[in-house]
Amino acid sequence: MSPPSPSVLPLSSTNPTNPPLLSLTGIVKSFPGVRALRGVDLRLDAGEVLAVLGENGAGKSTLMKIIGGAHAADAGTLAIDGQERRFQSPQESRAAGVAVIYQEFNLVPALTAVENIFLGQEVTTGGFVARRCECEQVSALFQRMGVEVDLDEPCRRLSTAQQQLVEIAKALIHKARILVMDEPTAALTSHEVEKLFILMRELRRQGMGILYISHRLEEVFTIADRVTILRDGGNVSDCPIHAITRDQMIERMVGRPLDQEFPSRSVKRGGPRLEVSGLRRGKAVQGISFQVHRGEILALTGLVGAGRTETVRLVFGADPRDAGEIRLDGQVLDIRSPRDAIEAGMGLLTEDRKLQGLVLRHPIRENFSLPNLRRWCRRGFVQRRRERSELDRYIAALRIRLSDPEERVGNLSGGNQQKVVLAKWLARDCEVLIFDEPTRGIDVGAKYEIYLLMNELVAAGKSILMISSELPEVLGMADRILVLHEGRITGEITDVAHATQEQILQLAHA
Amino acid sequence: MKPARWLADYGMILVLVLLCAFFSAVTYSEQSPTGEAAARQVVEAVLKAAPKGARVLVVASDQPGDAVFAARVERDLTAAGARVLATVTGEPRNAREALQKIQSAGGSMDVIAATRVAGGWRLITDLASDFPSLGSPRVITPASYRWPNFLKSENLLNIANQIAVIAIVAIGMTLVIITGGIDLSVGSLIALSAVLAAGFIRDQAGGMSASTGGMVLGCLLAIVVCGAVGGFSGLMITRFAIPPFIVTLAMMLVGSGLAYILAQGQSIYQIPDSFVWLGRGADLFGLPNAVVLLLVLYALAQVLMSRMKLGRYLYAVGGNAEAARLSGVPVRRVLLFAYVASGLLAGLGGVIMASQLKSGSPTYGNMYELYVIAAVVVGGTSLSGGEGRMLGTLTGAFTIAVIQNGMNLTNVESYTQKVVLGLVILGAVLLDKLRQAR
Repeated sequence: MSPPSPSVLPLSSTNPTNPPLLSLTGIVKSFPGVRALRGVDLRLDAGEVLAVLGENGAGKSTLMKIIGGAHAADAGTLAIDGQERRFQSPQESRAAGVAVIYQEFNLVPALTAVENIFLGQEVTTGGFVARRCECEQVSALFQRMGVEVDLDEPCRRLSTAQQQLVEIAKALIHKARILVMDEPTAALTSHEVEKLFILMRELRRQGMGILYISHRLEEVFTIADRVTILRDGGNVSDCPIHAITRDQMIERMVGRPLDQEFPSRSVKRGGPRLEVSGLRRGKAVQGISFQVHRGEILALTGLVGAGRTETVRLVFGADPRDAGEIRLDGQVLDIRSPRDAIEAGMGLLTEDRKLQGLVLRHPIRENFSLPNLRRWCRRGFVQRRRERSELDRYIAALRIRLSDPEERVGNLSGGNQQKVVLAKWLARDCEVLIFDEPTRGIDVGAKYEIYLLMNELVAAGKSILMISSELPEVLGMADRILVLHEGRITGEITDVAHATQEQILQLAHA
Repeated sequence: MKPARWLADYGMILVLVLLCAFFSAVTYSEQSPTGEAAARQVVEAVLKAAPKGARVLVVASDQPGDAVFAARVERDLTAAGARVLATVTGEPRNAREALQKIQSAGGSMDVIAATRVAGGWRLITDLASDFPSLGSPRVITPASYRWPNFLKSENLLNIANQIAVIAIVAIGMTLVIITGGIDLSVGSLIALSAVLAAGFIRDQAGGMSASTGGMVLGCLLAIVVCGAVGGFSGLMITRFAIPPFIVTLAMMLVGSGLAYILAQGQSIYQIPDSFVWLGRGADLFGLPNAVVLLLVLYALAQVLMSRMKLGRYLYAVGGNAEAARLSGVPVRRVLLFAYVASGLLAGLGGVIMASQLKSGSPTYGNMYELYVIAAVVVGGTSLSGGEGRMLGTLTGAFTIAVIQNGMNLTNVESYTQKVVLGLVILGAVLLDKLRQAR
């Protein structure tokens, strides 16, 4: 990989006597009813990768939005190169050399990579966009970054990893010196993560300061130089990466010692419950057959794009299938819509809870009730007392943290949103639960609770079909693992206790 | 409920109340009672002022309500033991004849009970000099009082009547907009329905001598056809994923064209008088039938949206159709319901309009889709779907009606009215946005 040219990144000295590239002191930010940040300090030097860790609700996102100019702090100072700044808008922050890459990318889906990169700062000659000049700049930059992105495709056709590269390219073109990345690896395959890290290291070498937020602790150890841990809106730890262990990190994040990451269970596997054979749809799913047994967690894994999500969507009736038979308890099901699948006793926790799992603008109560209304209805009228008591029961059982069930579900933290999705399916008493990336973007504490819940479900004789890209999670939770590659099953691992990540990766690359 | 939340949900009601207060203040003026109320007051005053067996002349002019006044005064005074010499309604000329008759009979009188207008005639005020032999009767007229024109019960009923069609059609539009769609065809469906109903009565049910059954059948037919048109739009939207704006724009043209074809461009008026029962009758506590229907429909729609499964589904589909589908909501059926309901209600609106105007014409409902959408939006329903309230729409419809009516009462020119109405719609939505941003 050839390095980006020095002109892109102004070199700054890493001499510690110099003022830090970015420093925050005593940052306070309150929202109605919540004190999100209560005096947070943070220092980022040029040429380092700082990992910011914390559970959901610890204040990471708020902090990031203050740095990015999306929120203004109530108190405290923010300084760049020792100079105090007060950002009133994202534009001001960007002008000061800060680039923030949010989890939901800020790209216009219909525009190409080049158009997105130059959006708002088009290179023009006499009012006309100098397309060729822009294209040359971008392709040169992509070449230096060592990546390949089709410049003529609209961004919505690009893969998640490519879209992320477009965001990074945008930051570089705008001569950013501080790069803030929120969960940059959440949607990437392990191969793509490796490539991203190579790029990040190169940027670091050239003096960029990178602030990196992640829930994946393994990655923090590979990429970060220093780590700052937040809990409940305050600092709990700030130390070089070599001075802390993984367990210490988790303990400091959750504020209590954690015995183990994956709870153990001993459930005896029953007979086959869900049997899928010869499932096909286009190129994405090319003849997939498997069984899920009673009391079993079956994991589907593989690279992003291997057809995992597509497969479960076919099982659930979310997309029409070209061929294939689905049986539940030996009975052939005629599933044509999610409604049929739900009626048969299935539930799908979608990969993207914001777009597919929840109606974000609607109250928690209504989201919780949506799949259950048919059973809580008498002559078309919702039995509101029953609805309310069921909701209260699940709020308590899943320990969902909320102030008011009439609150918009979008106001909850990621972990609590996921618990609401879980609650709605649990209340439906599904026999087969399909969990697509159940712990994506969720903090360690909430993850553990969700694992416990999965154990309880299989102990109660339910069956779980789980998709996960996080191999430790697959190895820690599954009874059996199926690996997919390009729409086909390329391997099955039954002895999970002795399986390794390498073994899975080999099957995933077929 | 917290006050802030209440204000957020029902802030538009506050605006409506303020508007009513404003127009009340502006139209505050001298009023004189008429009809029965005036009669009661005058009879009471006559009995207090004159001895039992007093001789009374009743005089009323020829304005609306005056005949009622005269008859009631005569009846009540006679019942109370007074002697009514004569009762005159009409012009001063008629009163003069009556006075001459009394004079020539050699009579005299104690009291003249008159309406305010009649009491002010020269003939009555100069009675002592013109007819000295009649004695010097006291002239008793109803006392005037000050009251806003806007708040007179006739005016309020007038507002309700004028808005009935728009408000009823707006129920269906609210359903559609809550699902994230739009229905531009309602204005044309009003015309189609009016023409269908009137045409059926003229051609199939016997025209001017049509029976009640025939008229009901014609109205039902019109409403069902409009529901079918709505269903067709719904099918196009759900089966072929054509945007609702396009589908209903097309149906707007189709509906309007069909109405012109069926009516051959003419107005259809060969309809029995009893057809106006729905639009102009008032059977319940003096409330117009259309207004009663409106209130019943809003109550039903409110229950649907707040208490019923279908209501939840409508909101969910508008809020996030994919999440709703994956939660087992029959998204297509829910959408179809919204468009069928919108069509049926537009058909009902057309029937009411035909009844109010006692005719059916393809020009009815022109631009109504825009007024209906305005009522929904002013009522706080978001065009992006998933949010909105039935009672908000009712408030929105009345806000528009009150502004129009208030401007009529204060003699604002009709062109200016349009400008004001446009700005009001913009202002209402702006207010809503500002409130949400807070």
